[in-house]
Amino acid sequence: MRYDVVVIGAGVAGLAAGARLAEKGARVCVVAKGVGSTHLAPGTIDVLGYDGDGRVESPSSALPAFVSRHPQHPYALVGADSVGPALEWFAGCVESGPKAGYRYVGSLERNTLLPTAVGAARPSALVPTTMAGGDLTDAAPICVAGFRVLRDFHPALCAANLARAGHEARSLELEIDTGRVEENALGMARHFDDSGFRGRFAALVSSQLKAGERLGLPAVLGVRDPQGVLTDLEQRLGRPVFEIPTLPPSAPGLRVYDVLKAALRAAGGRLVIGAEVAGSTRDGARVTSVSARASGRDHVYEARWVVLATGGVASGAIELDSDWLARENALGLPLSGAPTEGSARFDPDYFAEQPLNRMGVTVDSSLIAEGTENVLVAGASLPGAISWREGSGEGISLSTGYAAAKTVLEREGATAAA
Amino acid sequence: MNPHTPHPTPDTPLHELLRDSLDHCVKCTICETACPVSNVTPLFPGPKYAGPQAERYRDPAAPSVDSSVDYCSGCGICTMVCPQGVKIAELNAHARERLKNEKGVPLRDKVIARPTVLGRIGTPVAPLANLSLRLRPFRILAEKVIGVHRDAALPKFAGRSFRAWAKKHKSPPAQRRVVYFHNCGTQYYEPDVGEKVVAVLEHNGFQVDIPLKQNCCGLPLQSNGLFDDARKYVLRQARLFAPYVRDGAVVVGNATSCTLMLKREAREILELEDDPDLKLVSENTYDICELLLDLHDRGEFKTDFKPLEESVAYHAPCQQQGHWMGKPALDLLALVPGLRVHEMDAYCCGIAGTYGLKVEKYDIGMRAGEDLFRQVADSGAASVACDSETCRWQIEHATHRPSVHPIEILHRAYGL
Repeated sequence: MRYDVVVIGAGVAGLAAGARLAEKGARVCVVAKGVGSTHLAPGTIDVLGYDGDGRVESPSSALPAFVSRHPQHPYALVGADSVGPALEWFAGCVESGPKAGYRYVGSLERNTLLPTAVGAARPSALVPTTMAGGDLTDAAPICVAGFRVLRDFHPALCAANLARAGHEARSLELEIDTGRVEENALGMARHFDDSGFRGRFAALVSSQLKAGERLGLPAVLGVRDPQGVLTDLEQRLGRPVFEIPTLPPSAPGLRVYDVLKAALRAAGGRLVIGAEVAGSTRDGARVTSVSARASGRDHVYEARWVVLATGGVASGAIELDSDWLARENALGLPLSGAPTEGSARFDPDYFAEQPLNRMGVTVDSSLIAEGTENVLVAGASLPGAISWREGSGEGISLSTGYAAAKTVLEREGATAAA
Repeated sequence: MNPHTPHPTPDTPLHELLRDSLDHCVKCTICETACPVSNVTPLFPGPKYAGPQAERYRDPAAPSVDSSVDYCSGCGICTMVCPQGVKIAELNAHARERLKNEKGVPLRDKVIARPTVLGRIGTPVAPLANLSLRLRPFRILAEKVIGVHRDAALPKFAGRSFRAWAKKHKSPPAQRRVVYFHNCGTQYYEPDVGEKVVAVLEHNGFQVDIPLKQNCCGLPLQSNGLFDDARKYVLRQARLFAPYVRDGAVVVGNATSCTLMLKREAREILELEDDPDLKLVSENTYDICELLLDLHDRGEFKTDFKPLEESVAYHAPCQQQGHWMGKPALDLLALVPGLRVHEMDAYCCGIAGTYGLKVEKYDIGMRAGEDLFRQVADSGAASVACDSETCRWQIEHATHRPSVHPIEILHRAYGL
């Protein structure tokens, strides 16, 4: 099959690149080994939470200095001012997407501080409407409620840590019958999609809430119609309600996948899940096709451009073996940042800067992979970032996915003009 | 089991390979988000628990420990969405086979797993058989005696077979050749679908050979834990089709479950990886929509469609998704002028072959399909296109809308 662009990977970076290109008229196919990391992420768009000097108040103010200090960082490659348009585009996808009324709020000017599941403050640039009520700069007291059946979320721990940090917070643990002895967050979210369940929940919790309190819940406010669930609960309870991200599977993360997938499909892009890319053909520095595992035989996807967005070490897209041999598994592209032979691969302190964390595919300033003319790299496959420390994962994925699309469109436009 | 005890020796090399994949499980829960069954019932604890986690405790020398694996429908979605390549569904199919054979496979499962036998019995007496299958007292009796749920969607015998038509049909000779694998649904219940498949292929310049000795691919036997019988059936198909492939034809089918059996499941789940005939057939089997979309991508597919001013919902069955090739039917339907196609975003309709027919699983199947049925209703489409016949019957039963194979729509748009 022939495409203008084949995108490898169905996480935020891959879906964003694919959807953006399809929207601009390119013939796009997104091919992925499985579903991406959306389902594991909290669903906030974090651009820059920590820059090495502490917590960032304003990503737009901090980014210029951050990129000049980290010239190899993905933000330095795409430019600090390219993040804004990517975020705007994403917010537009959500607004016109399949979840009526669900939106992302906030801006690059000021990080919103939201409570995490352990009651720490997490800085995010854009947050879904279902989480916005948790803004920790707001002084309104918080009641964190959990469910005995959802063992992945501990309201007492969350509230105690919020209180330690000076927020007025207390907790409730609710007994609500779901027909199961144990639920995960997504299971609870599916119950919340049902208005009968919401009625039972509201009846149970309303008498236990104090005047003026806002209600924090684990992120379970529905999958299908989160805004409808939020509005309904706020009406029933007469107070702000908000979600706190918890352990995977993540309902807000799943909504991000649904939104980007819908944007891709609505623009005519194809999506193939289950197909691991395991080979490619080249003509000099051009990758002319990739082949992906399918049932029975490999399928060949011919492409003018390839966007690699398979993730980094965490997803298994990049590996480092016991002989210090570093590999990018889909296309065998050259890597930077790999620990040199004989050096330490790991630091015994889990939260230290792990040496293999900065590994990624070597690219030029247009995100084009070294040794190729037409392979662009986006998201966690890029070297130079430690996104979990920086609080920058979604910002990097969106801005590099968007930038990769832009490069393709510009070069194709130039070709067409010529 | 002491966690430090070495793994028990697995049964076979292929099982060992499948088992090796479980070490790649990082417990990310992505399979759990997609499992159509565990999302609607606690009776199945989900692919992560029943698959990579429980597998570590399965000892070929000891009795089967996890009866819940019988509630896995075998839809295969977990394997498809797994970003680490863990063979979850395949491991569970092996565990289910062991469990069922230890506990004894119920008579019901042996019967419903043999569509060709049922077809041969029902076809000559179709009016009577169809009447009985729609009589409430008979269905209640059938539920009590053999355990097929009284409300489960059962097809109507056509009263004629596809091969009776095929015997008289002569495909015009052409350079492009395919051998048509018509499956049991076409043979006994929907011969018109087979006729339309042949017509669409011939319209696109294919010579269509239809071997008359076809039988079931063995998939229902496999999913009911009857592996030995399933191997016999699928190998018979492989022996039948391999000579055509050696002669330059490709195998094409319209039931995406049955083509998936030939492509991958027989090799992986039934451990027939090395059979040369099956390997050849596997590598050269195409779903009809896959074949036609390939043709279109080469610019050789005929698009002389007349407009169809209507709206249709499209559902890709779980076992279509298991081909790992996207949804070619959608791209073909998009070529028909006037046709408004709504893509359903669902993993499974809940029937999963024979799963949703069973008295103890019917409700689970209907709930597993609820998400799809709701989307169909919301779409406002008058009909539902879907590539697998058992799914079509389930969708018609649940949504009260007609369900057709995508090829039937193309056939109509061609005006053939």
